[in-house]
Amino acid sequence: MELQKFSYDNRITRNFAIATMVWGVVGLVAGLLIALQIFIPSMNFGLEFTTFGRTRPVHTNAVIFAFVGNAIFTAIYYSLQRLLKTRIYSDLLGKIHFWGWQSIIVAAAVTLLAGFTTGKEYAELEWPIDIAITLVWVVFGWNMFGTILTRRTSHIYVAIWFYIATWVTVAVLHIFNSLALPVSFLKSYPIYAGVQDALVQWWYGHNAVAFFLTTPFLGLMYYFVPKISGRPVYSYKLSIVHFWSLIFLYIWAGPHHLLYSSLPDWLQALGTTFSVMLIAPSWGGMINGLLTLRGAWDKVRKEPVLKMFVVGVTAYGMSTFEGPMLSFKNINAISHFTDWTIGHVHIGALGWNGMLTFGMLYWLIPRMYNTKLYSTKMANIHFWIATLGIVFYAVPLYIGGITQALMWKQFTPDGFLTYPNFLETVAQLIPMYTIRAFGGTLYVVGMLMLVYNIVKTMKAGSLVVEEEAEAPALESLEEGKTQSETWHRFLERKPIRFLIFATIAILVGGIVEVIPTYLIKSNVPTITSVKPYTPLELQGRDIYIKEGCYNCHSQMIRPFRSETERYGEYSKAGESVYDHPFQFGSKRTGPDLAREGVKTGKIYKPNSWHYNHFIDPQKMNESSIMPKYPWLAKKEIDIKSTPGKIRAMKILGVPYPDNYEMKAIDDLKAQADSIAKDLAAAGIQTDSNREIIALIAYMQRLGVDISNKTEKK
Amino acid sequence: MSVVFILVFAAILMAGGFLVAFVWAVRSGQYEDTYTPSVRILFDDMVKKKEPEDRSQKTEKGNGETEKIESRGLQSQLAENPQPVTRKIKQN
Repeated sequence: MELQKFSYDNRITRNFAIATMVWGVVGLVAGLLIALQIFIPSMNFGLEFTTFGRTRPVHTNAVIFAFVGNAIFTAIYYSLQRLLKTRIYSDLLGKIHFWGWQSIIVAAAVTLLAGFTTGKEYAELEWPIDIAITLVWVVFGWNMFGTILTRRTSHIYVAIWFYIATWVTVAVLHIFNSLALPVSFLKSYPIYAGVQDALVQWWYGHNAVAFFLTTPFLGLMYYFVPKISGRPVYSYKLSIVHFWSLIFLYIWAGPHHLLYSSLPDWLQALGTTFSVMLIAPSWGGMINGLLTLRGAWDKVRKEPVLKMFVVGVTAYGMSTFEGPMLSFKNINAISHFTDWTIGHVHIGALGWNGMLTFGMLYWLIPRMYNTKLYSTKMANIHFWIATLGIVFYAVPLYIGGITQALMWKQFTPDGFLTYPNFLETVAQLIPMYTIRAFGGTLYVVGMLMLVYNIVKTMKAGSLVVEEEAEAPALESLEEGKTQSETWHRFLERKPIRFLIFATIAILVGGIVEVIPTYLIKSNVPTITSVKPYTPLELQGRDIYIKEGCYNCHSQMIRPFRSETERYGEYSKAGESVYDHPFQFGSKRTGPDLAREGVKTGKIYKPNSWHYNHFIDPQKMNESSIMPKYPWLAKKEIDIKSTPGKIRAMKILGVPYPDNYEMKAIDDLKAQADSIAKDLAAAGIQTDSNREIIALIAYMQRLGVDISNKTEKK
Repeated sequence: MSVVFILVFAAILMAGGFLVAFVWAVRSGQYEDTYTPSVRILFDDMVKKKEPEDRSQKTEKGNGETEKIESRGLQSQLAENPQPVTRKIKQN
């Protein structure tokens, strides 16, 4: 058989590797910043752009989609070519993919800091960016499948299956979770509301963990661990079995993020069941990764890259054991809304994703630059610093999370809450937050060492742009399709097959359009006293979302005595039917706000208290860690946008009266004036057109609809 | 909770797609051999011959200029694994 000569494109891999390092530094530094902000409010710098509510989404998005995202692309562009013995399908598509993705990241950082957000975690980006992500993702898929279809090996190695699953699933999840009705260029409302929105969001959210942080990294592991250790995978059979079981199981684990919420019980049970089942395929991967190194442990001792992989894969095993445990309702009752979850996530992010990425870069860059790593000793130090960083990061959060949850639940012998003041439970955590920030600092220092080491390595060598390779041509991929043929030609030659594919495509389009309309009908309230927000409250709600309040405050009272004693009646599904998007939250750095406005409630505060508290929380509570929001009293409400927002809500099925958009501005002004008057009576002079007025109106609305408990059925 | 229908639909769509892929993989013999693929990936740097011309590679230095330099380390690679892997598993 004749050997064909071709070359691998290393430039695209190198570009993604550099982007990984750049965004890695940005994402980790942003993480360190918010780790400090959480216990030092002045670290918000008094600027609206750098308050915790906006910087936290920047950190999560930068780490997930910029740092890990670029690492995924680095791994795929490098390994795909070599596994398939072919050059990447198109240099141009690769360039579009690279620059497209980097511009999306920049646009994301800018818009998030400026306060443009959908308010859905890890899917905060507004609709124009969502569309751009879809397009770039298609370009990436085109390039990847093009490469697979022009391959010179008949067998598709297991790593590639993981890449394929990543592409398909992320595409579907992103599209379904991002369906939204635009109000203006950078503002939209999701088509789902309340608990339905919550279910879609966490269906997306958990699968983002599964198919963005897990499957591509398993693919990476299956390529790089054997390559670096020079040993074949422990069991190739196991890798196949655990791949297929993993992707079939993952999809229904999402509801475990909503245990004890107003999500129907059967869905919660479904989430728990699938989460527990996931231990098997997850550990299949971990065991396979670790056992690949059997008999090669001498190499692990010498090679920092392998050390990183061992810690990374071990971290994967730990967090995929911990995850199912946290999905049990009795454990979740303690862990949810606390820092335990944050600790859990970072075992995965810092251990699994971080360590594997570092290991990959240390191995890949010297090879592509045809040189040796600048300093193996430095990489060794990086390994130890990063590992210590993970320990100092996670352990305090585990201790803090459990401590706080137990304090929330503690009753005195007389049956009263032992710690009725939420702030007491927060003050308890400050030492833990301090140690966590120290752990984070170690990790950042390690990252900077990596950058120095890699840059030095790059300078010492020179990039092998075109790496020569040769392999025999593939005779035929499958029946009826020859290698020179394009995929589409193949479809064209088979009209029936083409018809079927086209029908499926149309069906998908049709169903995507039809189902939302059907959904809206079911949003008709089951609680008659629940009414749509007034225009002022709606504006206030949008400010709440814009400032990222949901990053620290939940709006979901779970049916525990400790919570109903503290906050009031537990939350019902029917209460949030007009909430586009839902704002249940996932973390209580501050208290729950679901019953904030109930006048007879446990936590009611007058308008003047809210005003003073927004301006300077520390004036109201000395030990408060909430940032100050003085600009709320200066900035004016965007009153002109009101009719458009009401119209959008009506399209989404919120029952405002006919032609209400005409009246909305008058209603808004009247309500704002009455709040301003109330504030004046308490000695606070303010114009009624300020954002703070709208936010106070929203606060005073929260939870009031069912305060007299008139449930229909 | 009608949104469940959307999610079920999307999940079935994905699962169905994966099922088709799985059936294809099994039928086309992807899993006939569950050992060789794991070994084969270790050898993909070895497909170079000893001709001197082939040992030079195009490289990039500094501001995008390309020059020809001799690739290092190749000799040692060949010494470790002298046989180029050109074999292909037959499948039906």
